[in-house]
Amino acid sequence: MPYPTDLKYTKDHEWIRISGDIAEIGITDFAQDQLGDVVFVELPEPGRTIKAGESFGSIESVKAVSELFAPMSGEVVEVNPSLKDHPEVVNSKPHETWMVKVRVSDPKEAGSLLDSAQYDGITRA
Amino acid sequence: MTDTAATSLRTTPLHARHRASGARMVPYAGWEMPVEYSGITDEHMAVRTRAGVFDVSHMGEIEIAGKGALEAVQRISSNDASALKVGQAQYAGLLTPDGTFIDDMLVYRMASSHFMLVVNAANAAKDYAWISEQVKLASDAAVVDSSSRYALIAIQGPAARDVLQQLTAVDLSDIRYYWFSYGEVANARVTISRTGYTGEDGYEIFVPPNMADRVWQGLIQAGRGDVIPCGLGARDTLRLEAAMRLYGNDIDESTTALEAGLGWTIGWKKGDFIGRERLLEQKERGITRALVGFEVLERGIARQGYIVTSGGGEVGKVTSGTQTPFLKKAVGMAYVPVSLSAPGTQVDIDIRGRATRAQVVPFPFYSRSRSGPGPLIPAPGE
Repeated sequence: MPYPTDLKYTKDHEWIRISGDIAEIGITDFAQDQLGDVVFVELPEPGRTIKAGESFGSIESVKAVSELFAPMSGEVVEVNPSLKDHPEVVNSKPHETWMVKVRVSDPKEAGSLLDSAQYDGITRA
Repeated sequence: MTDTAATSLRTTPLHARHRASGARMVPYAGWEMPVEYSGITDEHMAVRTRAGVFDVSHMGEIEIAGKGALEAVQRISSNDASALKVGQAQYAGLLTPDGTFIDDMLVYRMASSHFMLVVNAANAAKDYAWISEQVKLASDAAVVDSSSRYALIAIQGPAARDVLQQLTAVDLSDIRYYWFSYGEVANARVTISRTGYTGEDGYEIFVPPNMADRVWQGLIQAGRGDVIPCGLGARDTLRLEAAMRLYGNDIDESTTALEAGLGWTIGWKKGDFIGRERLLEQKERGITRALVGFEVLERGIARQGYIVTSGGGEVGKVTSGTQTPFLKKAVGMAYVPVSLSAPGTQVDIDIRGRATRAQVVPFPFYSRSRSGPGPLIPAPGE
């Protein structure tokens, strides 16, 4: 699957879609493929502040649990409600399934994110 | 994984097939094995509702033959091998003098004085060394590691018999559960054993290595979409749902057969065997901890190594745990004090810092309907 060019990425295999001061965060196709069947996604409540580089939730597959690291700092404004009952969409539509929407507090943090070509390079390393 | 590690891994005769079929390969017990093909959930469900095939060629085979073979097996195995007819198999422990597990195994009686032990890949070398030493000391029998003579292919699930029957002239309805027979499958000379590690009906087929791909492909083609290749990931979730113990997780050299709830594999009446004395002591004194099944009552998956607590204090550890694809529940096994081992007892499991409620439930979590293929009735309360 090609990595969409309108998204930014992290080396922790998350993607970020920035529009204005809102960043949607999800995990990449590479990440979901490595995890296998996702069964739980644990996310913060709206209103919580998250900090770039720190864990803000976890994602469990049948075989393992992985932490989700915040790619940017800000306040969680929305949590994807469909993930509670249908976590498997993370596997079937990884790049369309955002987990949280964050109102970013420091737009400059976006400068350290990867573009699709850079991220693609990481997955092949 | 470094290149050195990769090159030192052993591969089964089906390795090229797994690679070509897009399986995800991982190092396991010194072997490079497929962990999943289409996904653990998909493979798990296929085995519960149709059928799946597994490459378990990494398992070890150790043969014991000669005048003193029965005597030798009786000494090293926890179970009573004299109860086996030729053509029959039984589950048993390979125990230390302390009654703990060197390994668990299936004991096949090939002929009256010829046995084959099927052991775990990770333990095969250790088992062979131990068995050779014990047999050399006590019995007139030869011990041979014949692992490289066999590829081992399992077909498991309600459709397993119908699919396998298409490839063999052996009447499979004649092979009872935990018995085996010989014949041809896809024109390869094989041993067909009605055994498995999934909680479903099915067969394990011992195949000459050069015929493995032929049998594997034959089974998948005969299945016409009802049989899919499965990896070790689904094998693990399937065996856990069926409450079958996994060596290295649920049993090892620190746990006894009684603590593991495997008292039924102990042939008390057969006379002396390695570990008997200590097990008898433990039986008379009573065990202090027991392996139990649990179900997580809140959201979360309790995994291997997580701490079990009661009243805020640590009381045990999870030995295996997952979210099972068929029952769709987080279940697992743990050693807990006997006082907390009764079904219905509630404990907490520390899931990454959060005390999560769990309840002791009886084994197994899943048991197939005994009437054979047909509607599957999960019996979580059984």
